[in-house]
Amino acid sequence: MKVGRVVGTVVSTISSPAFEGRRLLLCDLLDASGHADGSYLICVDTVGSGAGENVLILDEGNSARQVIGMSTAPVRAVVVGIVDELTVDGEAVLRD
Amino acid sequence: MQLARVTGTLVASVKADGLEGVKLLIVQPLDRHKQPEGGSVVAADGVHMAGPGELVYVVGAREASQALPNTIVPVDLAIVGIVDAVEELRSGAGRKEQP
Repeated sequence: MKVGRVVGTVVSTISSPAFEGRRLLLCDLLDASGHADGSYLICVDTVGSGAGENVLILDEGNSARQVIGMSTAPVRAVVVGIVDELTVDGEAVLRD
Repeated sequence: MQLARVTGTLVASVKADGLEGVKLLIVQPLDRHKQPEGGSVVAADGVHMAGPGELVYVVGAREASQALPNTIVPVDLAIVGIVDAVEELRSGAGRKEQP
């Protein structure tokens, strides 16, 4: 799993049926010091997260399909949690 | 899933089983500011409506085949949606950018 920060949303009318009615979030991925590492993912939101929030991201298809409750879906990245606090080497890196 | 811009089409009359009827497009992967990132790649069109010039989002690896009617196909990248807008959110204020 990865830690990311919600920086935007992606609006799409024409999409694979698995995406209908789902919210797509644009998330920057964060390194262990809590800074954006330059990469990003478009994720399906499953927890109701919003702009600026630090989130837990799952980037693996089988688990993603399990989370959204579909056995076949071209979905890989899903937001599965909102991070309250992240501590690395005893130091609080992220705090809600 | 990542953003990409469709830049071309690819036609192959001899293809692996399962790829018959699958539209293949050339896409340029983009970073989140919609700037090109890396080289162009071939993606299967999972929405059947994407065309050159369009901003799309793609899914890679094994999940790509899930976007196609026959899911047992040798495909590692598929277009799963056409982007209408990317809204960058900053401290609650939405700023809409057109594709």
